[in-house]
Amino acid sequence: MITTEILIIGAGPAGLMAAIHAAEAGAKVLLVERADRLGGQLIKQTHKFFGSKAEFAGERGMDIAEKLINLSSDISGITIWKNAVVLGIYPDGVVTISHEGAFCTVSPKKIIIATGASEKTMAFPNNDLPGIYGAGAVQTLMNVHGVIPAKRILMIGAGNIGVIVAYQLLQAGVEVAGIVEAAPQVGGYRVHAAKLQRHGVPIYTSHSIQSAHGDSCLEGVTICRLDEQWQPIEGSEQYIAVDGLCLAVGLSPLTELLWQANCEMKFAAELGGYVPLRDANMKTTHENIYVAGDVSGVEEASAAMVEGKLAGLYVASVLGHKKDSFTKEFQTAKSQLSALRSGPASVKICTGLSKVVLEEVG
Amino acid sequence: MPSQERFAKGPIALFECMQQIPCNPCADACPRGAITVKEINDCPSLNEELCNGCGVCMTHCPGLSIFVVDYTYGKDAALVKIPYEFSPLPEAKSVVDALNRQGQCIGTAQVIRVQTSPNKTNIIWLSVPRELAMEVRSIHVMKGETS
Ligand SMILES: Cc1cc2nc3c(=O)[nH]c(=O)nc-3n(C[C@H](O)[C@H](O)[C@H](O)COP(=O)(O)OP(=O)(O)OC[C@H]3O[C@@H](n4cnc5c(N)ncnc54)[C@H](O)[C@@H]3O)c2cc1C
Ligand code: SF4
Ligand code: SF4
Repeated sequence: MITTEILIIGAGPAGLMAAIHAAEAGAKVLLVERADRLGGQLIKQTHKFFGSKAEFAGERGMDIAEKLINLSSDISGITIWKNAVVLGIYPDGVVTISHEGAFCTVSPKKIIIATGASEKTMAFPNNDLPGIYGAGAVQTLMNVHGVIPAKRILMIGAGNIGVIVAYQLLQAGVEVAGIVEAAPQVGGYRVHAAKLQRHGVPIYTSHSIQSAHGDSCLEGVTICRLDEQWQPIEGSEQYIAVDGLCLAVGLSPLTELLWQANCEMKFAAELGGYVPLRDANMKTTHENIYVAGDVSGVEEASAAMVEGKLAGLYVASVLGHKKDSFTKEFQTAKSQLSALRSGPASVKICTGLSKVVLEEVG
Repeated sequence: MPSQERFAKGPIALFECMQQIPCNPCADACPRGAITVKEINDCPSLNEELCNGCGVCMTHCPGLSIFVVDYTYGKDAALVKIPYEFSPLPEAKSVVDALNRQGQCIGTAQVIRVQTSPNKTNIIWLSVPRELAMEVRSIHVMKGETS
């Protein structure tokens, strides 16, 4: 059995920041990541990020990942395991992991869960035809492996992910036939949508997909207009010939480990689904389990990084590793987070958080 | 929107960033301190006297929503600088289709200069008919005009 002070599960922006700040404070950290590379969602993001300088705004996601990875490998207190899937958290605090195919057990004093989120999908006839992808798969193919997913693609969902991935498809030389959005307006930032519009990509608001067509692979899609009750309007069907369809219809927190550890969970649609109740220090209802990033509510990398920093600093301090600058750093991070969440774009997130953040305890 | 008088003085940055989003790299990028984003969710505001239209902010903006327009460029032509993140890049002196905000071709533009940037948000300098300076926001590179 391996022992460590802090086990951090997931090496996306939240987990990396948690590891960096906990180890900097003097804690021994084991950071485990199921993928063969670190960085989580960031490694697929070829666009420049929003936020402020403290969260590396204006830099491309993949470059932010590289910065965080370099920072984490420069600190001696962090042990990193890749190809390490956390399988379970047992009542006695033992965590089971499949590391490079071998089964092992770890006994940490505290755990920070930063497993991110998984993509939602949609039910419609023939949604299993080859050529139909989630936005994450499209990004992995295109931006990690350099393979274009289709020649002509239709995007479903005009949230930030939909508009950003559609733009990346254009950059890769794929024809984007349009973006279909059920809501009457674009949900993503207008500046992202404007990039597509000035390249002539039509955005079909108040529309949805009715069915996909094709024999052995996707050949086309029927979309239709929706009325004010979001019901299909008869006779509004429109056929669009495409060999690719990309679903960007939202993410939901990847919370299996939290359920298994008996953390109290609550449904908050604004945050993508069930999320753990936690206090302002990112502690769940389980004494030794903390969370950070999308697993605690689907938001942004900017917020995930700050939450990771908060969790890392706090957990280290609980274990007796308190930097002299702790109070100042912790407060700065908290104000950074509330500044990010203060605008109209975050109203939804704040509504969700008000349902799941317990009163501040420490 | 800058006044006629300000436009008459030379190049200036235009911000097509009208929604409150948590973003401010433009303010950090401007070497002349011309851009203010007071709270991170505020829209940027420009000190028109300090801005010289250098375009540095354009390469840092994740929304690609900053453009530079110079009405003093020529008698019949104006200069429009646009951010461009596609390859291949157009070639200097080539003529390209000029697109408006809806992606419609509204005429042609001549590429004056291609300013590449290490962060890959390149800046294309376009000479366009004066009356199109407020319309042209993108280009379509035709075959045979690439570098
Ligand atoms: C197309 C797109 C565009 C985006 N654009 C922006 C943007 O412009 N600005 C911005 O701020 N944010 C943006 N985001 C959001 C941002 O990428 C995410 O909010 C952020 O990555 C969340 O960080 P995280 O660390 O919580 O999760 P993730 O990045 O998802 O990382 C979680 C990690 O945990 C690992 N993991 C999961 N389960 C296990 C397990 N059981 N064992 C071991 N490891 C596990 C996963 O493999 C993954 O590496 C974008 C997202 C997408 C998809
Ligand atoms: S164009 Fe140059 S001077 Fe004007 S706001 Fe941008 S960076 Fe500043
Ligand atoms: S960097 Fe661009 S998108 Fe961000 S606030 Fe400035 S102008 Fe708007």
